[in-house]
Amino acid sequence: MNNSSSHSLQTRRRFLENISRAAGGAVLFGMGLSLYSQPSKSLPAGAIRPPGVNNEIDFLSACVRCGLCVRDCPYDTLKLSKLGDSVALGTPYFDARDIPCEMCEDIPCVKACPTGALDPELTNIDDAKMGLAVLIDQEACIAFQGLRCEVCYNVCPVRDKAISIDYLHNKRTGKHALFIPVVHSSDCTGCGKCEHACILDEAAIKVLPIKLAKGELGKHYRLGWEEKNQAGESLVTPDIKHQYNLPEGTRYDYEGDGLIQPDKAPQKSTPFEKSALDRLNGGSL
Amino acid sequence: MAAVAKKIGQDAIEKNGWLRTHKWLLLRRFSQLGILGLFLAGPLFGVWIIKGNMSSSVLLDTLSLSDPFVFLQSVFAGHYPELSVLTGAIIVAVFYFVVGGRVYCSWVCPINIVTDLADWLRRVLKIKTALHFSRSSRYVFLVMTFLMATITGMLVWELINPVTMIQRELVFGMGLSWVFVLSIFVLDTFISRRAWCGHLCPMGAFYSVLGQYSLLKVNAQNRADCNDCMDCYAVCPEPQVIKPALKGNDSPLINSANCTNCARCIDVCAKDVFTLKHRFINFKTTTSRCAY
Repeated sequence: MNNSSSHSLQTRRRFLENISRAAGGAVLFGMGLSLYSQPSKSLPAGAIRPPGVNNEIDFLSACVRCGLCVRDCPYDTLKLSKLGDSVALGTPYFDARDIPCEMCEDIPCVKACPTGALDPELTNIDDAKMGLAVLIDQEACIAFQGLRCEVCYNVCPVRDKAISIDYLHNKRTGKHALFIPVVHSSDCTGCGKCEHACILDEAAIKVLPIKLAKGELGKHYRLGWEEKNQAGESLVTPDIKHQYNLPEGTRYDYEGDGLIQPDKAPQKSTPFEKSALDRLNGGSL
Repeated sequence: MAAVAKKIGQDAIEKNGWLRTHKWLLLRRFSQLGILGLFLAGPLFGVWIIKGNMSSSVLLDTLSLSDPFVFLQSVFAGHYPELSVLTGAIIVAVFYFVVGGRVYCSWVCPINIVTDLADWLRRVLKIKTALHFSRSSRYVFLVMTFLMATITGMLVWELINPVTMIQRELVFGMGLSWVFVLSIFVLDTFISRRAWCGHLCPMGAFYSVLGQYSLLKVNAQNRADCNDCMDCYAVCPEPQVIKPALKGNDSPLINSANCTNCARCIDVCAKDVFTLKHRFINFKTTTSRCAY
């Protein structure tokens, strides 16, 4: 009797020893694993997630790494990250410079996803936010040299909305315009066709994760002119109408023409005088 | 002494021939390679019978199948699953509940080929090294994978899970996952017998739990004929499961959740002690049947 109870005590002790050893090992291993897992939370800037990923952390809690989105991508855009890549192991991504997203209207990758890691609520591909194109190197972009290119603008599937062309004065020649591509975050889907098509050896326009590419104005910030428009009147002390004691028959133009004397000689085509004094005095010579 | 020097399964080969002594082993290799082949037929030859990988797939463009272990990790990570992956996981879970949870390990998992090879090498090269892991370690690791998923909100185990990693990279293009597989091979061959599949792998532990009450079990129904040659213990990846059924007085059913239903014991037994049967077989009827 005594013998058998001491025997059961012994087996219980051995059991507890085994369990505590395994638990200790698991805790050590768990801590190592959690450290190892930290970098995979942040997607490297060069990798773009397929459409329907709203948030990287949510995505990593949902994706089972089955690759069905990859299989149903008709353009072989998507690939699964392999061990050794810096994207979280086994998850789908693409490299825009390599093969961009063609923005299929039926979004087969989202339809293929069994888990909802790619949000099934995304039904219009124009609403996708895979990333944001940024004209990141203005030194290299030839549009800033005054050369005509506009390739990124012309390949953009949401042309004129996601990328438009602004005309700026070409200071170098003094008489031409610069045709500058400007990305609008409201419409850019991050498909990467601009990055893919950029004619430079290394693209000057690149799709970046939105978190990296997008600034945000402080929530408290108000733009006076917009508030004024909204309210229909100035929200601060009403503007006082400027009054000057000007010579009779003259008026003053605040936006560049200066003192206007209707009796005197007509305005010159250039607003600039040889001396600032001449202009203040009516510019007549 | 002569009996000790005898090759494992030699008696069975002499009695039943080489082919019958390797029947279940060959069937298992066929199953493992065949499933991998089905996944590869799509990308290699454009024959899309099954698409995806073992974590989640679509059979014949209609039936969704998902690994319940990977699925549960994503649930523990806080994701509310879509119906597709949920039904897929239930179908697979029901399948393994019927045929035996660890049938996944011995009939499907590609790592099994590597660890079986390691064990065979240990036997051939007579490597006796033993770093001791407790066989319950895997359950602690299993709890940890779910716990870690909850804490980090990610499928952390899937960052290093060698099982899903190697079969994914075999189907979708090889990265460095072979390093993990090689590590397991070295561990199992030179450091500790059956260390990965039999002691550490949380995925195997999950399938053990799933198959605890599975319907298909190995049955030592002719245990009265056992001549103590010990060959079944030598080939069994979980030898501790045999004794209660073979030498006990209760049910001859190998009831341990850790039995992988690999049926290697059936192969090597010259006395045809073991057979695969559903679990409801009655102990008394089997003994009376033996008496015929």
